[in-house]
Amino acid sequence: MTKGATAPRRSGGSRGSGGTPPEPDYVQLLTPDGERVSHPDYSVDFSDEELRGLYRDLVTVRKLDAEATALQRQGELGIWASLLGQEAAQVGSGRALRSQDMAFPTYREHGVLYCRGIDPIMPLSLFRGVDQGGWDPVANKFNLYTIVIGAQTLHATGYAMGIAKDGKVGTDDGEAVIAYFGDGATSQGDVNEAFIWSSVFHAPVVFFCQNNQYAISEPLERQTRIPLFQRAAGFGFPGVRVDGNDVLACYAVTRAALDNARLGQGPTLIEAYTYRMGAHTTSDDPTRYRVSSEVEAWQAKDPIARVRALLTREQIASDDFFDAVDADAKAEAVRLRERVLNMPDPDPSQIFENVYVEGSPLVDAERKQFEAYAASFEGGAH
Amino acid sequence: MSVKEFNLPDLGEGLTEGEILKWLVNVGDVIELNQPIVEVETAKAAVEIPAKWAGKVVEIHHPEGTVVEVGSPIIAIDTDPSGSSASASAPAPASAQADPDAGLIGGPAPGGRTAVLVGYGPRTTEAKRRPRVSSAPAAPAEKVPAPTAPVAVEKPAAPVNGGASVLAKPPVRKLARDLGVDLTTIAGTGPQGSITRSDIEAARSTPAAPARVVAGSLEREQRIPVKGVRKLTAANMVASAFTAPHVTEFLTVDMTRSMKALDRLRAQRDWRDVRISPLLMVAKAVLLAVQRHPMVNSTWDEAAQEIVVKNYVNLGIAAATERGLIVPNIADAQALSLRELADAMTDLVAVAKSGKTPPAAMTGGTFTITNVGVFGIDTGTPILPPGEAAILAFGAVREQPWAYKGKVKLRQVTTLGLSFDHRIIDGELGSRFLADVGAFLSDPEAALLAWG
Repeated sequence: MTKGATAPRRSGGSRGSGGTPPEPDYVQLLTPDGERVSHPDYSVDFSDEELRGLYRDLVTVRKLDAEATALQRQGELGIWASLLGQEAAQVGSGRALRSQDMAFPTYREHGVLYCRGIDPIMPLSLFRGVDQGGWDPVANKFNLYTIVIGAQTLHATGYAMGIAKDGKVGTDDGEAVIAYFGDGATSQGDVNEAFIWSSVFHAPVVFFCQNNQYAISEPLERQTRIPLFQRAAGFGFPGVRVDGNDVLACYAVTRAALDNARLGQGPTLIEAYTYRMGAHTTSDDPTRYRVSSEVEAWQAKDPIARVRALLTREQIASDDFFDAVDADAKAEAVRLRERVLNMPDPDPSQIFENVYVEGSPLVDAERKQFEAYAASFEGGAH
Repeated sequence: MSVKEFNLPDLGEGLTEGEILKWLVNVGDVIELNQPIVEVETAKAAVEIPAKWAGKVVEIHHPEGTVVEVGSPIIAIDTDPSGSSASASAPAPASAQADPDAGLIGGPAPGGRTAVLVGYGPRTTEAKRRPRVSSAPAAPAEKVPAPTAPVAVEKPAAPVNGGASVLAKPPVRKLARDLGVDLTTIAGTGPQGSITRSDIEAARSTPAAPARVVAGSLEREQRIPVKGVRKLTAANMVASAFTAPHVTEFLTVDMTRSMKALDRLRAQRDWRDVRISPLLMVAKAVLLAVQRHPMVNSTWDEAAQEIVVKNYVNLGIAAATERGLIVPNIADAQALSLRELADAMTDLVAVAKSGKTPPAAMTGGTFTITNVGVFGIDTGTPILPPGEAAILAFGAVREQPWAYKGKVKLRQVTTLGLSFDHRIIDGELGSRFLADVGAFLSDPEAALLAWG
């Protein structure tokens, strides 16, 4: 994934404010029927191999996600937030990141994590409760999953201001930062503060909002009276809405916004207009607050089906390829399942690790006390 | 053969039980890994559970409709139905797991611990704590056989403590659970009315407690587990009946003029497509009467020792649905025009019947109307929804002989029943309110002019 996208500046929507204006168009490069369409500002130039790679990413990410949901239903994970329906937004934006870029996820960015090349088991250990999500954010250029809604936008803004001060911004190979969040998070103070700080300090950060239409059960019309991307204009930076189920458009728009950021042109808000096909998390029952006709309408805009249609129509891939991808994804899911089931329970004293960088006498004393207590049981320390 | 038991997992966060809605497989079926096997409804959601192992269904432990505790087995799956593996600890087929027992439910994890991710929470079938070093040799972990019949409903004795939470120490609770004694039906003799071990034993020895009924043929009685809407309704009604002193008054009124007013409304062009019923007139009557007697629309706040009088009316309409009684309400009904009120009522009933009433629409009601008339009933003595000071029962509207202008005429007559919380509403206020409702129904135009 190295082909660039053209990178124009794009201002926010021009529709009038007040009431609920007609939904503005979004950037789309691939229709739900799998037809390529052009856009005046954005384009992608993928090789056949790269298109097949995107398809493989999408299918794999969906399959692994489904496996994690099944594991939760079987009692092997405490909870799982499924990305079903949002694969294109995550794979498109995730593949648009360059290796030096830093990502700040929510708890649903399994697809971005996959595209960063991180072992997909990492979040499963978190949700199984055997660790606290302990991957190395610096080495992976991927921050820990943030459960607090919207908090990571501030972390991302601070990080972006930091790399700007370090002089890592302003060149073609500069660094950029992306912060993921959802439509519900746009009502959080943190997100609005992040918008203000990043705007005022010209921070090299891309705000990637996956508008999946629901904040748990709260519909979008309870978050905003105007399309979310138009909010950026009020904060003083550009906003753009993209078809969040179109992996090509998500890639093009994100790549352009990241490149603007790395060149020192400040933040962008991307609203990836998509739909959460499943529950908010495994503790949620979406049938209680949305109607099946709505779900069916979005089913017709499936992010994977349109790429498959494109590959078929342009004879880039055959049924053999699709079957192989399905089989590979299934095998990867089975491997993931095996590894999850074989995760060892953690040593309880691990809870005292990673509290302070240089340790603390108090924590040391507590650890000692705890270990003595644990040793007082038959059968060893744990 | 290598039979594995699948235990009901905690499908939400911290749930303790789930109801088996529908089995999607039968005994003898050969199933694949992750094939949906059962639909389970918890307090949070109805979900499908995918099979944890490929294999053959050996046994289904609970019929549909059973409420099962988290952690108890629901289905047995033979993961090696062909018996190709000689050893009983054969690995699961299809390379599912290298060591299927390790770390699994009830299986030993490294270090001899029991993996508790499935079935954590209140589990009664196995001792969880390991003995301390140097303590007396531990008794073998207590094993209670998993129930094979539906969890029997406790005897339907009247709760003696108003259904509020009961005081009892955990070991006593466990004893009650083991003996099948419902704590809410026992009067405690311990400190602060708490229930003691001997109270349970006494309750146990009374012959009134029926034995568990195992599902079988030719039953003379049917036992229906108390759950979901029924459980909630019961708790609310008991709480209300035993906290608010209820008074009920009746008024029989001639509604003929109201019925004619409805006919005239129907004839109007912009009301043509609106579904309107006599209930609309009753709702309007209540809203107007509340305006004149705001104290009727209030709450007794026991904690604060205050009466909270509300300047808004969230008008509850009791609705019978397939899932039982629910009482969705129309928020800020006092601010609606008659047309808006009619639309809101139509919506509310349609949504309730489809079972899609969101929980938010069922909380915060301030005054409720229950329309027993749709069942052909004349009136009733309704019980107050918790937190509301009054509820009106609207009976059937019938043609009855009625003294009218000095003659006996056939008129459209109904009976209203108003229950109110006597802590807040005296007989005088309740009577005036009910009289106003009746006055509007018997002559809406005059009432509107007089009160306007």
